[in-house]
Amino acid sequence: MADNTNYEILIAGFGGQGLLFSGKVLAYAGLLEGRELSWLPSYGPEMRGGTANCNVILSDTPVGSPIVENPNVLMVMNGPSLDKYESAVTPGGMIFVDSSLISRKVMRDDVTVFYVPSTQMANEKGLSGLANMILLGALVYKTGCVKEETLAEALKKVIPARKAQLFDANMSALALGKEYVQA
Amino acid sequence: MPEKVLMKGNEAIAEAAILAGCRHYFGYPITPQTEVAAYMSKRMPKIGGTFLQAESEIAAINMVYGVASTGKRAMTSSSSPGIALKCEGISYLAGADLPALIVNVQRGGPGLGGIQPSQSDYFLATRGPGHGDFHVLVLAPASVQEMADLTFKAFELADKYRMPAMLLADGTMGQMMEPVVLPAPAEHFIEKPWAVTGTECKRPHNIANSLFLLPEVLERMNFERFERYARVEEEEPMWESFLMEDAEICLVSFGITARVSRNAIVQARKEGLKAGMIRPKTLWPFPKKPLLEAAGKVKSFISVELSMGQMREDVELAVRCQKPVYLCNRTGGMIPTPEEVLQSIRKANEEGG
Repeated sequence: MADNTNYEILIAGFGGQGLLFSGKVLAYAGLLEGRELSWLPSYGPEMRGGTANCNVILSDTPVGSPIVENPNVLMVMNGPSLDKYESAVTPGGMIFVDSSLISRKVMRDDVTVFYVPSTQMANEKGLSGLANMILLGALVYKTGCVKEETLAEALKKVIPARKAQLFDANMSALALGKEYVQA
Repeated sequence: MPEKVLMKGNEAIAEAAILAGCRHYFGYPITPQTEVAAYMSKRMPKIGGTFLQAESEIAAINMVYGVASTGKRAMTSSSSPGIALKCEGISYLAGADLPALIVNVQRGGPGLGGIQPSQSDYFLATRGPGHGDFHVLVLAPASVQEMADLTFKAFELADKYRMPAMLLADGTMGQMMEPVVLPAPAEHFIEKPWAVTGTECKRPHNIANSLFLLPEVLERMNFERFERYARVEEEEPMWESFLMEDAEICLVSFGITARVSRNAIVQARKEGLKAGMIRPKTLWPFPKKPLLEAAGKVKSFISVELSMGQMREDVELAVRCQKPVYLCNRTGGMIPTPEEVLQSIRKANEEGG
């Protein structure tokens, strides 16, 4: 990546896939690492069944606009989001695709693409609903945008106390994604 | 060092209000500010405060009037169409010289409009939101940190000048999360001998009232109120300058568009274009002095805003039309990209001053 200290991350897909949550985990990890950061969700009717997205900026300098126009990291979990944002990714950027939900390939040849069948993997491993975290595990491993240790700490903060039992499942999902792109 | 926490802008407003000593919140839900009410509904009962979801916006603002007249810090929050409904009550607060905080997390208008970010309540906020001769303090945060800091400040200023204050944010500021250091709890509150708290038969009655049927009396009250406003305009304007030392093109912007403008300015500098920014943190009082000073140095101004040029008029007034004031705007919930702002800087550079 051209600039490996400033990450402009766009996470997009259907409402209900936990996209805002995965962005939140990244943002918290950034906070724990003392980075400059912003997290901006889409809001309104599109979140209810339509497309949803969130913008996360992690930087070593103060964040100007929190709006990510040209992500250097794109994570997509449905076809319409890939159609919409593929061309916006900066040359040399990375795209993480849930290939169980998106059948087509990325058409650009100036970006690095990782296809992870995360929804299918989640279902097979009994981690239904955690496809977002599988893809996030791949994203964090390949970009190095935050450290793996802080990611675990961040998860503890983001998962509400009454759902603490979900921590291990989330950690397994992150590990699965990492292993998949390591292989 | 105080701990940095990650919060949504709307939540930062709510927590900062509590830290400022506000224990009475009255609201009615509307996107994109509902998190303020949601946060208050969880916190207020735990600290002995009042959270009340009123039957309407008008009811909520009149409940604020009631608490404000007892000298306690009170607030309400809403978004553009809801703020329009509150205007009657805001005028009454101003007429009775009562301090209170009204939060407006703006969305697109007119009418029911949309729910995406906007700054098109600029006129409504800065010209006195309601009938009659009056102003409210208008504070414009451009980060989650300022959502907290300016909420705190708004309560202090409102008490100091006995007038309502409006925090004029937008949907982006309300929805985004950033690290924030919350202010220390307020400890010192100014005396409010005018508060309606019961006389205990020891003093004459205090009355919170905005009805003055004798024109001589009403005129005197208005004159006196505007003497106070003159002091506010003299002492309280807040702004931030960005790369203005050698700037030839001065952008003027607040809230989310100031953030976008910052990116555009950094880019413009890389192209050798000397752009800078004066970012008002108070929109009333408007920072006229730094703008007039800048008028002597720069070639032109660009007002960057999410409205059809409402703030541009204030910039023109402040610089007394000495230099051209161009407009770079989007509306209806759209936000300009840094590239669009950069284009307007390039264009201003070509046209000169």
